[in-house]
Amino acid sequence: MKKAFAPLLVVVAIMFVVAPFLIANAPYESTMGLIQKIFYYHVPSWFAMYIAIGVCGVASAVYLFKGTLIADAYATAGAEVAVVFGLCGLITGPLWGRVAWGVWWQWDVRLTTALLLELIFVAYLMVRQFGGPGAEKLAAATAIFGTATAPFVYKSVDIWRTVHPNTNVIPTLKPSMGGPFAFSSLAFILLSTLLVTARVHLAKRQMMLDELYLAHEEES
Amino acid sequence: MFMRTAWLVLRKDFAIEVKSLEVLTTTLFFAISCVLIFAFAFVKNGQAPEDAAAGILWIAIAFSGTLALGRTFERERYGETLRALLLAPAPRPALYVGKLLGMLALLGVAELLLVPLIAFLFQAALFSRPLLLVGILGGGTIGFAAVGTLFAAMLVRARSRDVLLPILLYPITIPVIIGGVRGTAALLASPVDEPSAVMWIGILTAFDVVFVTLSLWTFEPLMTE
Repeated sequence: MKKAFAPLLVVVAIMFVVAPFLIANAPYESTMGLIQKIFYYHVPSWFAMYIAIGVCGVASAVYLFKGTLIADAYATAGAEVAVVFGLCGLITGPLWGRVAWGVWWQWDVRLTTALLLELIFVAYLMVRQFGGPGAEKLAAATAIFGTATAPFVYKSVDIWRTVHPNTNVIPTLKPSMGGPFAFSSLAFILLSTLLVTARVHLAKRQMMLDELYLAHEEES
Repeated sequence: MFMRTAWLVLRKDFAIEVKSLEVLTTTLFFAISCVLIFAFAFVKNGQAPEDAAAGILWIAIAFSGTLALGRTFERERYGETLRALLLAPAPRPALYVGKLLGMLALLGVAELLLVPLIAFLFQAALFSRPLLLVGILGGGTIGFAAVGTLFAAMLVRARSRDVLLPILLYPITIPVIIGGVRGTAALLASPVDEPSAVMWIGILTAFDVVFVTLSLWTFEPLMTE
């Protein structure tokens, strides 16, 4: 991953430059028109968040049962990236809702549970920040419960009749819209993966530095 | 061995509680105060909005439940008894089950008081379908207490535990609270919306299974120092 990081970063940068052109060239949706194009950012943000949550959940379980420090670093990275992309989704969603529904926010099952998921991972970060010693385990438990909630958030639109479009939209996209959508999804997923690895790398460096400080103190 | 340990933990907590009744009385009093505060917030012209009773019931359960969780484990921390429990050669998940049963009993008593009180104060027809009501109350309470017991037990060792418990507990248990509120609201609708009530009981049961399984699975490594 270390060697591939820089080239992949360039690839992602190019993808994010190209994506707006692809999206601009995609056909207008018949009823919503221009505002529908926010979909190419909104849905991929949530995809990126789900992936980050997956990383966080699995890494937390590994940390809890095996105690490997690097797993904990992956969990933190996953949670941080999940919060960032969740925020992207929570900002782009109301922008679309204002035009499509006439209001910024509706207390619909998907919107409520998505906000909840974001809150769980903000709580995760707060526990790590303010929990004091032993907070890593507490945070890991939070992440495991949060990850268990994520599939429910994803499926909520299919269980209830909600105002939010359901998961059927994506498989039934026209190819002329599906292409740009797949492209921007890939860009977002790649970006979130790179952010997680960069964050883990930083955590590794911090661990090394801590060890060096300890060794230095022992010597003097 | 497993059920016996759980039973002994439950009996121990019960014996301590019966002596002082500290947690029970404070929880009940707090629950009633919650009902009053929210009644003031919602009642207009002497009349509460239709669904308010369902929301107020579950807010009272969630708030007083958090208080009870904090108090029960504060007692364990004060006497360093949780450590003694964990040192005992007993299966850890059994300790969790014992604590969970104690919490459920406490919340059950609180609900025995709260439900008639709310039915009385808000003219809510809560008892028209007693079986469904028991299903919704049971489903919601188990889900809430399962997560609550796990986190309260973990937080015994943490700094600023009073703040962290609600911060962690509410986001995770909100799906259960939503299920409880919507299910109860379906019971209060006229005519009673039985299919939705049954659907919410199903969802609550699904959450209970997930939460209890995850708690039993993670309790052991979480409580190991």
